[in-house]
Amino acid sequence: MEHYHMNLTLKVWRQKNNKSKGKLETYQVSNISSEMSFLEMIDVLNEQLITEDKDPIAFDHDCREGICGMCSMYINGQAHGPWQQNTTCQLHMRAFKDGDTIVVEPWRSTAFPVVKDLVVDRSSFDRIIQAGGFISVNTGNAVDANALPIDKKDADDAFMAAACIGCGACVATCKNGSAMLFVGAKVSQLALLPQGEPERESRVLNMVAQMDKEGFGNCTNTYACEAECPKGISVANIARLNSEFLKAGLSTED
Amino acid sequence: MAMTGIFLILFLIVHAGINACIFLNDNGETFNQMAHFMSHNWILRFLEVGLFAGLILHIFQGLSLWSQNNKARPVQYHFSQPSKNSKWYSRSMGILGTLLLLFLIMHLSHFYVGTKMELYGGVHHDETLFEEMKEVFSNLWIVILYVVGVIALFWHLYHGFQSAFQTLGINHKRYTPLIKIIGIGYAVIICVLFALMPISMYLGCIK
Repeated sequence: MEHYHMNLTLKVWRQKNNKSKGKLETYQVSNISSEMSFLEMIDVLNEQLITEDKDPIAFDHDCREGICGMCSMYINGQAHGPWQQNTTCQLHMRAFKDGDTIVVEPWRSTAFPVVKDLVVDRSSFDRIIQAGGFISVNTGNAVDANALPIDKKDADDAFMAAACIGCGACVATCKNGSAMLFVGAKVSQLALLPQGEPERESRVLNMVAQMDKEGFGNCTNTYACEAECPKGISVANIARLNSEFLKAGLSTED
Repeated sequence: MAMTGIFLILFLIVHAGINACIFLNDNGETFNQMAHFMSHNWILRFLEVGLFAGLILHIFQGLSLWSQNNKARPVQYHFSQPSKNSKWYSRSMGILGTLLLLFLIMHLSHFYVGTKMELYGGVHHDETLFEEMKEVFSNLWIVILYVVGVIALFWHLYHGFQSAFQTLGINHKRYTPLIKIIGIGYAVIICVLFALMPISMYLGCIK
């Protein structure tokens, strides 16, 4: 692949804290290598800002391998930027050309308040998990991995759902700010497996109730979430969430 | 939304089926008989109440979704490219629905209010429903408005049909592609039938 350098104009969302009103600031970066990742490019800009005695841009990142779900930028009008099934940290600068202008914004959702600049508080996802994304297990020695027979297809579907890294791109992308893909994946990975059976009904009801309480929007099946999900989580998980919710809702005595 | 949507989808089959009787070209005889049967049958009068209830519920569900979803993102993106990840009609159900509601107000004032006045208010009409249709559809602007209404209906159904099944929890490797094809076929057939009614009457193809 051809290696090249580029000069870019960046329009980055700057917001001091949760209370203040933010705005887009324009910055110039030069001599950016096409082999850098997007976050490395932001690192370069931050070094520049520090030498100019300015406040560096705050952004979330951790593994920088596309598996942790920490990075969360809305780049040029798309969650995690222009590449499909890809996180911001794995977006490389070869996705851009010399002279491009790139707009970078934080996830925008009532349930993801901005902490600073591009950092948003995604603890609403943690609270949804706490509401039901767990299973009961006996204490003592770990059970042998293959002690429970599980159908290959169910195991595959559960693993596909479990690939969700909880980054929030689905919420950021959805025009309604809905978290149904995230909750669908988390409910599915347990509903498909025998380990998830004991709390099956209460799980889906509690997780959906918490999701609504956090202020996420409703799913209107535009499927934008699936298209932007860095892990390619299928909207079939949303349908499974709907059917689990309907069944549990009809049979619950509470 | 999905349940009321499917209910209204079923109603449209009956509506389009009965109205398609005008294409028999028998001077509206079959159509008038069907219309008379529909308006003078108490079971159907009772179902009509259900139909309006379903429609109103569908509208209120839509409004409630709209208001909740607006609250979920109070600060909008400065730059967003939704066309990269979703179809315009899937994102425009509210606007399409509003267009349909405006269309419905016009449509009901043309063909519904009059027949009800006759039925309950004792106002006598000399015209049959078929003659009324001919009269209404002799105006080019009304024909154009009807066609625009049907186009809005087409995109609303195109997304709504398959979306209803997803909401009810049905997404299946084997059946979903079939549901999508049936949905497209349904939207095409219903909307072509509806659009042809004012057009063919205006052009004088229906005798």
